Amino acid sequence: MLAHILALALKEFLALVRDPRSRLVLIGPPIAQLIVFGYAATFDLKDVPVAVYNEDPGATSRALIAHIQGSPHFRIVEAVDHEAAIAPLIDRKRVLLVLHVGPRFTARLARGESAPLQAILDGRNSNTAMLALNDLRSVVLAFNRELAARQGRRDAGAVLQTRAWYNEQLDSQWFIVPGIVGLLTLVVTLVVTALSVAREREQGTFDQLLVTPLRPVEILVGKAIPGVAIGALEGSVIIGLAVAWFGVPLRGELAALYLGLVLFLLSAVGVGLMISAIAVTQQQAVLGAFLFLVPAVILSGFATPIANMPEAVQWLTYLDPLRYFLIVVRAVFLEGADHTLLIHQYWPMALIGLVTLAAAGWLFRHRMY
Amino acid sequence: MSPPALRLEAVTKRFAAGDRVVTALDAVDIVVPAGGICGLIGPDGAGKTTLMRLAAGLLAPDTGRIDVLGLDPTAEPQAVQSAVGYMPQRFGLYEDLSVQENLDLYADLHGVPHSRRRQRYARLMRMTGLAPFTRRLAGRLSGGMKQKLGLACALVDPPRLLLLDEPTVGVDPVSRRELWSIVVQQVGEAGMTVLLSTAYLDEAERCDQVILIHEGRVLGQDAPEGFAREAAGRSFELEAPGVHARRLQSRLARLPGVLDASVIGDQVRIVTTPGFDPDPRDLLPQMHDLSIRAVPPRFEDAFILRLRGAVGASSPAPIGPIQVSADRDETVIRVRNLERRFGRFRAVKGVSFSVRRGEIFGLLGANGAGKTTTFRMLCGLLPPSGGELSVAGHDLRHARAQARARIGYMAQKFSLYSNLTVWQNLRFFAAAYGLRGARHRQRLRWALEGFELGAFRDVNAGVLPLGYKQRLAFAAALMHEPEILFLDEPTSGVDPLARREFWARINALAEAGVTALVTTHFMEEANYCDRLVIMADGEILAEGSPHEIRARARTPDHPRPSMEDAFIGLIQGRRQAA
Repeated sequence: MLAHILALALKEFLALVRDPRSRLVLIGPPIAQLIVFGYAATFDLKDVPVAVYNEDPGATSRALIAHIQGSPHFRIVEAVDHEAAIAPLIDRKRVLLVLHVGPRFTARLARGESAPLQAILDGRNSNTAMLALNDLRSVVLAFNRELAARQGRRDAGAVLQTRAWYNEQLDSQWFIVPGIVGLLTLVVTLVVTALSVAREREQGTFDQLLVTPLRPVEILVGKAIPGVAIGALEGSVIIGLAVAWFGVPLRGELAALYLGLVLFLLSAVGVGLMISAIAVTQQQAVLGAFLFLVPAVILSGFATPIANMPEAVQWLTYLDPLRYFLIVVRAVFLEGADHTLLIHQYWPMALIGLVTLAAAGWLFRHRMY
Repeated sequence: MSPPALRLEAVTKRFAAGDRVVTALDAVDIVVPAGGICGLIGPDGAGKTTLMRLAAGLLAPDTGRIDVLGLDPTAEPQAVQSAVGYMPQRFGLYEDLSVQENLDLYADLHGVPHSRRRQRYARLMRMTGLAPFTRRLAGRLSGGMKQKLGLACALVDPPRLLLLDEPTVGVDPVSRRELWSIVVQQVGEAGMTVLLSTAYLDEAERCDQVILIHEGRVLGQDAPEGFAREAAGRSFELEAPGVHARRLQSRLARLPGVLDASVIGDQVRIVTTPGFDPDPRDLLPQMHDLSIRAVPPRFEDAFILRLRGAVGASSPAPIGPIQVSADRDETVIRVRNLERRFGRFRAVKGVSFSVRRGEIFGLLGANGAGKTTTFRMLCGLLPPSGGELSVAGHDLRHARAQARARIGYMAQKFSLYSNLTVWQNLRFFAAAYGLRGARHRQRLRWALEGFELGAFRDVNAGVLPLGYKQRLAFAAALMHEPEILFLDEPTSGVDPLARREFWARINALAEAGVTALVTTHFMEEANYCDRLVIMADGEILAEGSPHEIRARARTPDHPRPSMEDAFIGLIQGRRQAA
């Protein structure tokens, strides 16, 4: 059994690295995507959940909050009455932004002084935070203009002071780059494994394989090993680049990250082999891989927050292994999470991996003409 | 005398295959005279298709000069293509168009005036026998009908030079005869020149001129009788009553002075070294009833002689010991009412046969007859739609993995890993069959030595010459000493020497008790089988020993029918019944 699997895995590796086109697939797309996503992605926002901590009883603060409520960008979901309530809201992602109005906001403005206004942002998704902040700035600007017209003053009334949690500089690469670890390993493992059976089917070698005493399980494991190994290698390279080149802090347990990576790769390999077992030609396999990839990336929360999606679509995201892995990778990188906090991300990936691998193994023998 | 239709002068064409350069044609000089049929004969990979494509102006030569009907195809490809008809190997038909639409398309492409079309179509449809099927989609035609339609399309606007690339390969013998009669008729009527490539050596004798080509070099050009003259006085047929022709052949092949031995019906045909006089008493002294008679030489005899000159003599190495059970009466493969449907199409219709241990059992039929489908079901690669089958007591589809270790399988097209080396391929299959330790090493050495693959050990399997690919695939299938062998079209496209070598190996295996199931579309190869079935359209037309099947076609004025005659008789009988 072990000898069989080793022979198969060795053959798979050889077939992969001896084929110049396969080598290209392993190196080309990752570099291109790292550049594109690392430097070029931007987003747009609406209905950002906001909490308000208003310590000021005056009318001016209520007018400001009315401005925020009136903006299409924001939705006030929570009112906070003490400072300690802020942290859990941000931690659990209930809100993206907490607006803190100090106790003498109305009074200071009435005296013609400027009044500080504090915005606490969730910096984990730096792009979203940055955009939310810009939107908030324009709301405050409009509010100040109105105030100025009423009071006849020249300087700005409310002065926005921001604090971003988790990602203090709101560096957008801190958000994007860890996500790329998930995205790229998914692309590479999926393509490598999706081609593996389809290539053999196309060249007729799969028949030759099926008439040997090798069991479908052995073929499955033999084909999964190179996928996981190559994915882990690429993942490690990108993790290294994220830290060394992009300067993203790695705050949590490395073991927690790798546990997630392995489970994620298992599910990606399962999906890839399933696609490969269904496809008759390599062309079909590549097409199938991209049919899976595009929705998987969109639904993963890589770019747009899942919370912003329609509810039915949100349910769909639970089928997407990338969704779980992105949470793992961002939590470990930016929040410093350890494995105990991530257990609910691990098991769904393991489940997806088991189901897809089992389906692929079944399809080897049942889909063969 | 009119100028030649096609002239190649020192034409060389190379292709890059990975990091190697393959010389498809090497300083080729040929002259195809105007009028008549010129046969281009050689195994796969000899350069036939490259030569055709050069003549059609679809490729440019690296060096040398080409002259097509007085035109230079590199300079005036358009002019050449309007004067030349080219029918590629895989029919250039649009499978989603009907027969009529295909004809219209080709007529439009060639600018045939509408006024002439009606008459031309009617004539072509009558010649090809496709008249009742004009509205059928081309993709739904049988292999032979597709080839006839392809030919009809190429003849819509009769070209001055017609290039036909293997129009008859894999086509049933009836369609083959029809294709030939169309070509012959057209040459006579329109005065066109035909350059036709083929892998069937018997077709060479129908050509006016034959060009022999092997590994990119021209081995000779002459009329077929001219070639045959070289073997004059050196061809004999031998017969020993009570001795299986195959066994006689394998003994004769090993004798000094015998350059070639092949089974022809119940006889063995040999070609000897010049001046060798075979005397029954000296040849095989143990055989008392051996009778020998001199026969007129054939084109194939001359081809073999030329090939032996080109590649040097090689006798197949001994296959090595394979030990299997000696119980010859045991039935090892049993098939009853086997059915396979693909949608509404019935590829295999209620096929039944059984094979005993140590038999060479043939599945004979044209492409599309259902041979490969039957094979894939037997090997457990395709679930049957109905019926029963067992191989060594198992249905391989559901049997435990270990049951598969008893069979060896060689697929129709080369199906080993082409970007792994010979050694890596062999090592992988040895491991896949669970060979380990000393036995693993011993079998690997056996494969390299027994199949003369040592020199190619570190060469990628995909760039091996075709004959060596076939040897490698055969070696991989024999690695684990299987007791049952499934060989799907093992000899398709290889040169006659490699084919003889292959059958010698099969013989040796059968002698050792290995059961072999072989499919082939070469009618004469059926004579190497102990028993065979003839298949057409998914049905079995006949079953029996080669002798029995040929005997059915025996008539007073045709006392010694060939396997092809028998096949044609069966198909025609079936058509009349239908």
